[in-house]
Amino acid sequence: MNTMTEAAYLADKTNWQADDHAHHDTGDNTIFGFWIYLMTDCLLFASVFATYAVLFMNTAGGVSGRDIFELDYVAIETAALLLSSITYGFAMIGAHKQNRATTLGWLLVTFALGAVFIGMEVNEFHHLIAEGNGPSRSAFLSSFFALVGMHGLHVTAGLIWMAVMMLEVVKRGLGNQTVTRLSCLSLFWHFLDIVWVCVFSVVYLMGVL
Amino acid sequence: MSSHASNAHEMDHGSVRSYLVGFVLSVVLTALPFWAIMTGQFEKSTAIPLVVTMAVIQVIVHLKYFLHLDFTPAGKANTFTFLFTALIIVMVVGLSVWIIYSANAMMMY
Amino acid sequence: MSLLGNLSLDAIPFHEPIIMITLAVVGLAGIAIAVAITVYRKWGVLWRDWLTSVDHKRLGVMYIVLALIMLIRGFSDAIMMRTQLALATNGAEGYLPPEHYDQIFTAHGVIMIMFMAMPFMIGLMNIALPLQIGARDVAFPFLNNLSFWLSAGGAVLINLSLGLGEFAKTGWLAYPPLSELSFSPGVGVDYYIWALQISGIGTLLTGVNFLVTVFKMRAPGMKLMQMPIFTWTCTWANILIVASFPILTAVLGLLTLDRYLNFHFFTNAAGGNAMMYINLFWAWGHPEVYILILPAFGIFSEVISTFTGKRLFGYNSMVWASGAISILGFIVWLHHFFTMGSSANVNAFFGIMTMIIAVPTGVKLFNWLFTMYRGRLRMTVPVLWTLGFMVTFTIGGMTGVLLAVPGADYVLHNSLFLIAHFHNTIIGGAVFGYLAGFAYWFPKAMGFHLNERLGKASFWCWQVGFYVAFMPLYVLGFLGMTRRLNHTDNPDWNIWLYIACAGAVIILVGIVLQFVQLYIAFRQREQNPDTTGDPWNGHTLEWSTASPPQFYNFAELPRVRDIDAFTDMKEQGIAYQRPASYAPIHMPKNTPSGILIAGAITTFGFAAIWHIGWLAVAGLVASVVFFLLRAYSNDVDYYVQPNEIERTESAYLKQVGVAPLKQEPEEVPA
Repeated sequence: MNTMTEAAYLADKTNWQADDHAHHDTGDNTIFGFWIYLMTDCLLFASVFATYAVLFMNTAGGVSGRDIFELDYVAIETAALLLSSITYGFAMIGAHKQNRATTLGWLLVTFALGAVFIGMEVNEFHHLIAEGNGPSRSAFLSSFFALVGMHGLHVTAGLIWMAVMMLEVVKRGLGNQTVTRLSCLSLFWHFLDIVWVCVFSVVYLMGVL
Repeated sequence: MSSHASNAHEMDHGSVRSYLVGFVLSVVLTALPFWAIMTGQFEKSTAIPLVVTMAVIQVIVHLKYFLHLDFTPAGKANTFTFLFTALIIVMVVGLSVWIIYSANAMMMY
Repeated sequence: MSLLGNLSLDAIPFHEPIIMITLAVVGLAGIAIAVAITVYRKWGVLWRDWLTSVDHKRLGVMYIVLALIMLIRGFSDAIMMRTQLALATNGAEGYLPPEHYDQIFTAHGVIMIMFMAMPFMIGLMNIALPLQIGARDVAFPFLNNLSFWLSAGGAVLINLSLGLGEFAKTGWLAYPPLSELSFSPGVGVDYYIWALQISGIGTLLTGVNFLVTVFKMRAPGMKLMQMPIFTWTCTWANILIVASFPILTAVLGLLTLDRYLNFHFFTNAAGGNAMMYINLFWAWGHPEVYILILPAFGIFSEVISTFTGKRLFGYNSMVWASGAISILGFIVWLHHFFTMGSSANVNAFFGIMTMIIAVPTGVKLFNWLFTMYRGRLRMTVPVLWTLGFMVTFTIGGMTGVLLAVPGADYVLHNSLFLIAHFHNTIIGGAVFGYLAGFAYWFPKAMGFHLNERLGKASFWCWQVGFYVAFMPLYVLGFLGMTRRLNHTDNPDWNIWLYIACAGAVIILVGIVLQFVQLYIAFRQREQNPDTTGDPWNGHTLEWSTASPPQFYNFAELPRVRDIDAFTDMKEQGIAYQRPASYAPIHMPKNTPSGILIAGAITTFGFAAIWHIGWLAVAGLVASVVFFLLRAYSNDVDYYVQPNEIERTESAYLKQVGVAPLKQEPEEVPA
C-alpha cells in the first residue's frame, strides 16, 4: 500500500468500477468462498450422519440411546446454543453500525453461551466414559461420539476464532476486513446451530423413542 | 484496503426485528418436539414425522433469518449453492441408508 | 514411549535390496540437483520466484512438475508389477515377495490417482483457467499456494514410506477390516490415511478457490454461457471436488478413529460395519473419476476446435452434458460393489443409472466428431492425443457399460477385466487428455515450443503400448484371472502376461521420449521461442497474452462478447490494442506462509503416523501460529505501477509487431 498514491488508487478504483462484472471486491469473494467451504462442511457432517444412521442400532449388547440420553440436559444445551445465535446476530448488527462496544459486548455474551454448551457437552461425555459407555464400547457409541464430538470440535474452533476476533476488534476496530471476518464467523456460528438442530432431532429426540 | 471492501455491506444482514422473529420461531420449533417426546404422549409413528417436520422447518427458519438466504440478485448465489448441497446430501445419505439397510436385510441381520 | 514414538532404525528396510538401491539412486539424484542449484546460484530464484509464488501460472507449472515426478514413481511400480507377473508364472516366485508386492500395487494406485493425475489436472487448470476467463489471478492466490504445498506434503509422506517403515498392503482403497489395526498393525495404512487426508484438504481448497474465481472474477461482459469449454468442464470438476472430497475426509477420519482411538465403525467386533466404509469411499471415489475426466474432455474440446479452425460444435450441449455427468456421477457409486450383496432393486437402480451416463458422454463424442467434420484438421501432437483418446476411450466406455450390468459384474468383479477397463478410461481418457493439454499449453506456459517429432513418437509409443499392455488383461479377465495376484500357475495365462509386459515396456519408451522431448526443448529454447503468444491461432483469451504471460496477465481487463473471445477480437481487429494509458494493477505479494503452514501440517501427519506425541502437537500449534501470522500480516499486496506495465507491454507488442506509441504515457508521480 505504501507505494500507492492517491491518484493511482483512484485510477484503479475507476477502472474496476467501470467494469460491471469485475466490480466484486475481495470482501465479497471471501464471504462467498467461505460459504462454499461451509457447504463442504455440511457434506462432512452429512457423511457422519449417514454413518450414525447406519450404525445406531448396533449396540453390541451395550446401552442404546434410550438408556443414556437425558433430554432435559440436552434441552439446556440447546437453549444455550440457540441463545448464542441471536446474541451473535446482535453483535453483527453492532459491527455494521461500527459500534465497537456493542459488538464486543455481544461477542462476549455469545462466547460465554458457547462455552456453557461446550462445558456441558464435555461433562456429558465424561459421564458416559466414566460409566463404561465410551466410544470403544459399541459401534453405536462410536458413531454417537464421533457425530456429537465433531460438532463440539467445530464449536470449540468457533470459540477460539471468536476470541481472536475479539482481540482484533479491540486492536484494530471495525475496519472492512474485520467486518468481513466477523461475517464469516457469523455464517460459521449460525451454520453450527443448524447442524445442532439436526443432531438433537436425529440423535437425541429420535434416539429415546 | 480501508475504503476498498465495503461490498459485504450490500448484503442483507438482518435487523433486530428479523433476528427476534427468527429466534422466537426457533424456540417454538425446538420446544414443540422436545415437549412431544419428553411427555411421551405420541406413538412412535406420529412422533418421528413430527420431529423431522419440525427440524426441517427450523433449518429453513435459521437459513432465512440467521444466514439470510434469499433469492435476491446478491443472495441467490449462496442460496443455489445451498440447494445444490442439499440435493447431494439427500442423494448421498438417502442412497447410503438404502444400500446398507438392504444389505442388512439380505443378511437377515 | 520414547521421544521418537514408534520410530527407530528398524523402520529402514535394510534387508530389501530393491528399496535400498532405489533410495540410493533417489538420494544421489537429489544431491546432484542440490549441487546443480548451488553451482548455478539458483536457490534464491527458486525460493523467491517459484516456491513462495502465489502466481497461478507458476503454481500450475509446479503442480505439473510434481505430477511428472510422481508419474515416474507410479510407473516404476507398474512396470515392476508387470515384470513380476511375467516372471512368476507356472508357480515360480518371481522377484517380489508378497509383502513388498502388496505395497507396490497399493502405492501404484494411490500415487497415480492422487499424486499424478490430480496434480496434473489441477496444474493445467491453474495455468489456463484464470487466463481463459480474463482474470488477473484466482480469487485467493495465497490459498492457491497453500493448496499446492498441502498436495506436495501428501506426496512427501507417501514417498517417505518407501524408506521409512512401509506402505499400506491393502490395495489403494484400504478396505476394512483388512485396513483396521488388528489386520494391518504397521504404519502402512497410517501413511495412506495422512497422505490422502492432507493432500485431499489441499484439493478441497483448490475447488473452493476456483469456484469463487469463475463465479466472481470473469472478465467484463463474459456470461457464464460464454466461458471457454475447458473452464466449464473444470468448473463442473470443481463442483464435484467440493461436493465429494468432504466424504473422503469423513471416511478417512472415521478409519483414523478406529485405528488410533479404538472406535468401532468398520471393525468386525462391537457392531462395526465395514460395508459403510466401502459405501462412503466410493461415494467419493466415483465422483473422483469424473473430476479426473471432465477437464480432459474440456482439453479435447479446445484442441479439436483450435486445430480445425472451427467453433466447437454444440457448445451448449457440451456444457449441459458435463453437468449431467456431474450430477449422475453422484448416484452410480454402488456399481463398484455390486457383489457386496445389497438387494436386487439396489443393484438394478445403480446399474441403470450407470448405463444412462453413457448418453451424455456419447453426446460429447458426437460433438467432437461434428466439430472435425468438414474442418481442416492440423495433425499436431495435441490432435494426435485427441484422436487416440476418441478411439481408446470409446472402447473403455463400452466395457464400462458391460460392467454396469450387475449380472456380468458378478462374473467380472475384481478380475483383470476390471483392471483393463479402468486403465482404458483413465489412461485413454484422463492421461491422454492431460498430455494433450501439456503439449497444447506448453508454449504458453514456458514461452518456447516442444519438439514436435519426439512428441509424436511419444504418442505412438503410448498408443501402441497401451493396447499391447491392456487388451491382454481383458482376455485374462475372461480367463478368470483376478487382480492383485502375486504369482500364477495357470499355463493358459502365460502368453497374455508376457504380451502385457511387452506393452508396459513400449509405454516406458513413450514416457522416456516425453522426458527427452522436454530436455531437448529446454536445450533449444532459444531457437524455438513463441514470440507471438498465439502459436496455434487460438480462440480463447489465454492466447491473447505473451508467452509466458505477463505476471499480471492482462494490462487491461479484456471485454468479452463471444465464447471464442480472442477469435472475435482478431476478427474485429481489436486484438493487440494498446490502451491510451495504463492503470495501476493490484497484485498479491509472494509469501512463504504456504510452505510453512503446509510444512507444519505435514510434520503433524508424520508425527501421527509414528505416534510421536510432542511433535504432533508442535506441528499442529505451528500451523495455527503460521496461519495467524499470515492473517495479521499487512504486507500482502502491492500495486504494479503504470510505467512498469508500459515497459512490459511495449516489449510484448513489439515482438508481436505492433508499432510503439508515439509519445511516452503520463507517469503517475510516485
